[in-house]
Amino acid sequence: MEENNITLHVENPDGSRTTLEAPVDMGLSLMEYLKACEYDILATCGGMALCATCCVDVLEGEDKLKEMSDDEYAMLDTLPDLLPNSRLACQLQLNHEMDGLVVKLHGSN
Amino acid sequence: MISTDIAIIGAGPVGLFAIFEAGLLKMRCHLIDYLPQVGGQLSEIYPKKPIYDIPGYPTVLAQELIDNLMEQGKPFHPGFTLGERIEGLEKRGEGDFVLTTNMGTIIESKVVVIAGGLGCFEPRKPAVAGLEQFENGRGVNYMILDPEQYRGQKMVIAGGGDSALDWTIFLADIVDELTLVHRSESFRGAPDSVNKVMALAESGKINLVLNSNLSSVTGNGKLENVELVHNRSLEKSNIAADHLIPLFGLSPKLGPIEQWNLNINKSAIEVNTDDYSTNIPGIYAIGDINTYTNKLKLILCGFHEAALMSHSAYQYMNPGIKYTMKYTTVNGVSEF
Repeated sequence: MEENNITLHVENPDGSRTTLEAPVDMGLSLMEYLKACEYDILATCGGMALCATCCVDVLEGEDKLKEMSDDEYAMLDTLPDLLPNSRLACQLQLNHEMDGLVVKLHGSN
Repeated sequence: MISTDIAIIGAGPVGLFAIFEAGLLKMRCHLIDYLPQVGGQLSEIYPKKPIYDIPGYPTVLAQELIDNLMEQGKPFHPGFTLGERIEGLEKRGEGDFVLTTNMGTIIESKVVVIAGGLGCFEPRKPAVAGLEQFENGRGVNYMILDPEQYRGQKMVIAGGGDSALDWTIFLADIVDELTLVHRSESFRGAPDSVNKVMALAESGKINLVLNSNLSSVTGNGKLENVELVHNRSLEKSNIAADHLIPLFGLSPKLGPIEQWNLNINKSAIEVNTDDYSTNIPGIYAIGDINTYTNKLKLILCGFHEAALMSHSAYQYMNPGIKYTMKYTTVNGVSEF
């Protein structure tokens, strides 16, 4: 694996996991990367924590993510079906610490 | 009635720049926006944030960009209808479009340009079985307009944000029975409101149900019962209710635009990149609200789209008339 790549896993609705290799040196957020991989994410607001359509549930590696900002928290808090491990993918910039992260698109089951 | 060449839905940066591009071709614009001021997201959400990717401006504050765009459009005397939302769009045979707002304002135009950005912010609806059949006066509402209508009734409020807390406090004295349902066991609203709600629950004035979500609603023509499910035990419980108010914040939606038979792809309007026209002749979509292969949601791309749209709109309005492009550096900007 290239030095500037990390491994991410996305849990599919059938429970299987897809492994992806994501670059950390392009300034991409998890939302932008998942969209680039053609996952069905609307991201209506374009990454400004305004719409919560890029919500993901973090299954493994939650502790490696940077703490959420007030904006992210406030937006997540409006979701009726929020889980304790839900995050906004647009607010998570890809970095080395996120290697091995396992996520599931919120509400994709 | 307002009559114009181009009706622009949305007064964000891209809609505002379209005034200038259309103006160079001697077309008049009228802009309509649901927000009470121009500028869209830039003025409403991040007026003080710097933007770094406007060509020629290493950095510019969002509100500054909007002020400059307004200045740039001034020679072309655009019209504005602010604080109103376009509800209806009709085409009169082969002729003009007629747009109607929620306040009854009527705008007649030769061309319609949708520059609606994210769309309108509408109340977020939870996924609850049967919810929609009780909308429109049958018990389920997503906002509270007249609290008095709930006097003496049985009511359920769902949500844990400030508006859910504030309405619970306000309505506790008005309604007969009030239940507040929240998915978590704590609230993150203003501490003062949280304390008041807790006190109301302790004194028995309201019924507070924590760690629970709405699961289904039932009734016979009108809402009668709300079923809740506990998050951990998954145990279900029922509450008799005349009204249910889910308060889960706002999320951007296309709104009435969705009903206009435009080709929509994932909440965005499909356009032809030759001129940013939609599948309906005379209707264009520019800026963040449109979609095409390799679309980038950038203000600068919206500016480009506004320029191409204007030239196409000119041809649409003046079929057969040949237009030669003139540069502003050669001809200047002539007011009209």
